[in-house]
Amino acid sequence: MSDIATVRPPVTATEASVEVMFPRAKKRIRGRSIAVLVFLTMAALFFCVPLYVLVVTSFKSMDQIREGAIFSLPRQWTIEPWIYAWSQACSGITCTGLRGGFWNSVAILFPSLIASISLSAVTGYALALWNVRWTGAFLFLLFLCAFVPFQIIMYPLIVITVGMGIYGTLWAVAFIHTVLSMPVLTLIFRNYYKDIPADLTKAAIMDSGSFWQIFVEIILPMSGNILIVVLIMQVTHIWNDYLIGVTFGGLGAAPMTVNLANMVTVSTGTVAYNANMAAALLTAIPPLFIYFLLGKFFVQGIAAGAIKG
Amino acid sequence: MPSVSFEHIVKKYGEVKVLSGLNLAIDHSDFLVLLGPSGCGKTTLLNLLAGLVDVSSGRIMIGARDVTELDPKDRGLAMVFQSYALYPTKTVEGNLRFGLSALKLPREEADRRIKWAASLLQLEALMGRKPAQLSGGQRQRVAIGRALVKHADVLLFDEPLSNLDAKLRTEMRLEIKKLHEELKPTVVYVTHDQIEAMTMATKIAVMNGGEIQQFGTPDEVYEQPANLFVAGFIGSPAMNLIEASAVWDGERLSAIAADGLHFDLSGYDYCTRHPSQDQPIIIGMRPEHFVIGEPSSSAACSLQLPVRIVERTGSDAILSLSFGSLLIAVRIEPDRAARLKVGELVTVTYPRTKLNLFDAQSGRRL
Repeated sequence: MSDIATVRPPVTATEASVEVMFPRAKKRIRGRSIAVLVFLTMAALFFCVPLYVLVVTSFKSMDQIREGAIFSLPRQWTIEPWIYAWSQACSGITCTGLRGGFWNSVAILFPSLIASISLSAVTGYALALWNVRWTGAFLFLLFLCAFVPFQIIMYPLIVITVGMGIYGTLWAVAFIHTVLSMPVLTLIFRNYYKDIPADLTKAAIMDSGSFWQIFVEIILPMSGNILIVVLIMQVTHIWNDYLIGVTFGGLGAAPMTVNLANMVTVSTGTVAYNANMAAALLTAIPPLFIYFLLGKFFVQGIAAGAIKG
Repeated sequence: MPSVSFEHIVKKYGEVKVLSGLNLAIDHSDFLVLLGPSGCGKTTLLNLLAGLVDVSSGRIMIGARDVTELDPKDRGLAMVFQSYALYPTKTVEGNLRFGLSALKLPREEADRRIKWAASLLQLEALMGRKPAQLSGGQRQRVAIGRALVKHADVLLFDEPLSNLDAKLRTEMRLEIKKLHEELKPTVVYVTHDQIEAMTMATKIAVMNGGEIQQFGTPDEVYEQPANLFVAGFIGSPAMNLIEASAVWDGERLSAIAADGLHFDLSGYDYCTRHPSQDQPIIIGMRPEHFVIGEPSSSAACSLQLPVRIVERTGSDAILSLSFGSLLIAVRIEPDRAARLKVGELVTVTYPRTKLNLFDAQSGRRL
């Protein structure tokens, strides 16, 4: 309502006699709003202060860090810790920085993303829009699967991947990521496709009748929003995962998170706080980047124009 | 252009029987309107014909083909949906082209048909637009175009005009009627709007409670309703229905209603046997058949009743006359209505040949 003044054309001298102004009482900030504002500020600080420390520390030299003033800005900004973390820091006995872990994570991320999203999108589409026998029971089963903790089925999964001959490789990590995210993703896609107007599906069935043609030409172009949501969810989830990576990746296929953990948990020598902070930030950047990149592509109204306004 | 027939169609949803043993057959190039209130099973019947819903038992024939077990795309049908159901991410042209995807036509033939439909429905200027950029009437035309490009033998319409405003609805009604006369497809059209049914249909099937109440031409359905449901459903304002009992007076049959009102029933064309003495019957009178003025020899009855309400719509006017606790609707000239005042006594007569008689117990036409 406060925008009302900006919508009105400016009152010129000739119009002034015609234009009647209706003064409005200014909105006062009430006690309750102040409480909310204070709470939000505290919550923001709660997250921002550690982040601030993380960022400034990563640009400090070790000499300044030893002085102990963790909130002070770096006297001399240096990117030395970042370079060290990326290419020279030791995790265990190998001293090649986070590079290896980064590329491992990338190599795990893409197959897992493609397999999990494409499989669950097609499954969700079939369950939502086609007559599948036992749909209800199947959905209930998926729902249950979504709540099974990974730790319970960890050992059987190891046996399975060993049997498949992929244990200890990137493929094992990607495979487990795909399998474990299928139930939730399928439910998400199914619920999204269920809201597509029934007449639209009927029309497509009469026009084409082909399962794949309808999916590719009609349904997939309407899935932009949910694909972006799922993509963000999966990128964050897969990139930040530690447990699956450390369990199935073995030595050669450890993702970035495992690499980072090995790097910062040294029990001998000095702790290179600045390099550790830089390494942590390096690990956290890719999902953030994806988030900002994809957030722009949200569009409104999947079925705009399909049915009556 | 083939005929369509439904034979002993039963449709159950779980325990609920929506259709029980329905039979209906129409000729080639017929324009069949399935008319009825919501929930009467008309849309179910259309979906069964389209193949979008499976029959529980029975047989559906299109021409000489039994299509009961065929997939929707193989039945040679095209359908226009109530909500238009356009593909939102495709352009108008893309929508028309997708309509052809099951037919696997060569490219030139597909282009030729899309061009033909576009010029027929004046869509040429809109071909590159998305459905969201079209108005309601334009969307409806695209939906019809998507059905026409298939050159299907049978066109199905599921309440296609119910989302349009009154003016556009009248225009599209004419346009669909014109298309039917030019292209002569067999049409099955579902609606609850009796004006659409009366103006477009060559055959009307009035449905209620999953059963066909009457099947016939619009004139038959209007002039000779088969039962009380049809009599009350078709016509606006509805037919006036008055309870009475039959009286034999020598060789002549008449009826006495409340207040001792006397109806002369001689000259009525009975489709069943004559009613017996004291049989309760219901007399139906269309509002437009009343004549204002003194009784003549051809009148079945003469009523002198006070005016209760006068409704004028410009082109005509409806009087509501108090008759006991009922209101009797009478259609009259608007300029005559302008002179009438509420409470004034009006004498109206009703011609014998226009009477409708129903058995009060079964509801059937006598």
